Amino acid sequence: MISEEEVQHIAKLARLGLTEKELGRFQKELSAILNYIEKLKEVDISGVEPTSHSIEMENVMREDEEKGKLKTKNKKLLELVPETKDGYLKVKSIL
Amino acid sequence: MELTELTITQAHEGLVKKEFSAFELCQAYLARLEKKDKEISAFLTVTKDSALSQAKKVDDMILEGREIPVLAGIPCAIKDNILVEDVRCTVASKILENYIAPYDATVVKKLKEENCLILGKTNLDEFAMGSSTENSAFGSTRNPYDLSRVPGGSSGGSAAAVAANLCLYALGSDTGGSIRQPASFCGIVGLKPTYGAVSRYGLIAFASSLDQIGPITKTVEDAKIVFEAIKGGDELDSTSVESKIANFRVPAERVQISNLRIGVPKEYFIKGMDPEVEKVIKEAIKKYEEMGAKIEEVSLSHTECALPCYYIIAPSEASANLARYDGIKYGLSESKGKDLLDVYLKSREEGFGPEVRRRIMLGTYALSAGYYEAYYLRAQKVRTLIKDDFDQAFKEVDAIFTPVSPTPAFKLREKITDPLTMYLSDIFTVSVNLAGLPAISLPCGKVGKLPVGLQIIGKPFEEEKILAIGEILEKA
Repeated sequence: MISEEEVQHIAKLARLGLTEKELGRFQKELSAILNYIEKLKEVDISGVEPTSHSIEMENVMREDEEKGKLKTKNKKLLELVPETKDGYLKVKSIL
Repeated sequence: MELTELTITQAHEGLVKKEFSAFELCQAYLARLEKKDKEISAFLTVTKDSALSQAKKVDDMILEGREIPVLAGIPCAIKDNILVEDVRCTVASKILENYIAPYDATVVKKLKEENCLILGKTNLDEFAMGSSTENSAFGSTRNPYDLSRVPGGSSGGSAAAVAANLCLYALGSDTGGSIRQPASFCGIVGLKPTYGAVSRYGLIAFASSLDQIGPITKTVEDAKIVFEAIKGGDELDSTSVESKIANFRVPAERVQISNLRIGVPKEYFIKGMDPEVEKVIKEAIKKYEEMGAKIEEVSLSHTECALPCYYIIAPSEASANLARYDGIKYGLSESKGKDLLDVYLKSREEGFGPEVRRRIMLGTYALSAGYYEAYYLRAQKVRTLIKDDFDQAFKEVDAIFTPVSPTPAFKLREKITDPLTMYLSDIFTVSVNLAGLPAISLPCGKVGKLPVGLQIIGKPFEEEKILAIGEILEKA
């Protein structure tokens, strides 16, 4: 069983606000899921390479140049921003 | 025949022969949608005006005597995690409730180039996380075969819409079974393409190494048509590739059943599976055998590890992908707090539903300091073993047959209270995503009135072949 402190720590890492009620529920649910996942510990993985993607991946390169229609795209993107000022994203103080 | 019961080819021919107009076709679907979707709730957004004006455009092309592409004027629906420019895209989450897509996903762009006709956006489990569409922030979708049951998930809205003739075809996405399982529950065809066969640009990311977009259709032929239209490499998705298979278009008649070797993995016929489902699947396999195919038992020995492996990899990737929803750039923003951290915490607390939060927590845990090697890295190594199992099996056989799901459609609220029980409904579908293979769900029988799907898994980039194999049973 993972502890209440661990749940709080993970929530903080994930930047996820939790309610009091959720704290206990996550403790229970995450423990049950992690317990199920333990099955993987029985598999012999010595000498096995990890797979991150199922197909062979190659680096894709291109020239670093401007592609058309950026202005209209920028306008649409900025319209989606909750708070802006002079075409910049506005955020609350960090410290 | 009713306009809302046609296949893509039939509708296309009707348009070309001027038996009905695209406008009439569109109106017939909109009328049915308005009436039937009250009980099914497959759609989150209906784009009636743009659909009707698009229909007029297609009619003009026909009147001018121009040749129209096969998907021109064919009414379709798009899962609401795929962007359609200037249309709301909610991903069934409160966090994107008012998000207007600023551009088209590559698949949508490709369909638009064929003058497709989009009726609207369909319901899903929030961020495509779930197997019943009950995790939608905007209410559950119902199974058209039995309104007290789920349509499956996460592409439940798309599958229910096609099954109830609310659209002619739909796009879904599949990360661990999200096209195939709802297709199975709703008695229609669903194709999850090879990883990389279809561009993911404009698909709201869940688990990037597993996600694929694919068609949900009434027939195998329709699935082939839609897949042809959306596939291909895309410079906007570095993981997409042009197929390396030279004879990509294997005509159905080239797949000779007498040369066909079909593998049936013993690990997929397990305790806990509905015996009636098992019976239907075994009968379907027997039909192939009677038609001359060679059935061989194969072993995918790491099958048991696939689900735990998936539930480390998918939440880990999700926790990273969903970090972008911060209340700053777009989406729900809760700015009452005192500083930036408060905006993050509150926006994500208000915006994400229970299953999404659970998976973010799980993924963050698996990736956190001290646990990375024990969980994520170990899961990636097990993923290699799962993929190796398939590589071995495919040395002996052309395709692998399994059930799509251990049960037919279950009741609403039957599994939603216990996350682990819900996860188990993906037990036969997740391996395919981990190995990146193509697979279809094909209707092959019923348990009572509920449809059952056969899963046909193929080698990488052999979509055409598994579709051709599926067509044999469909036409039998």
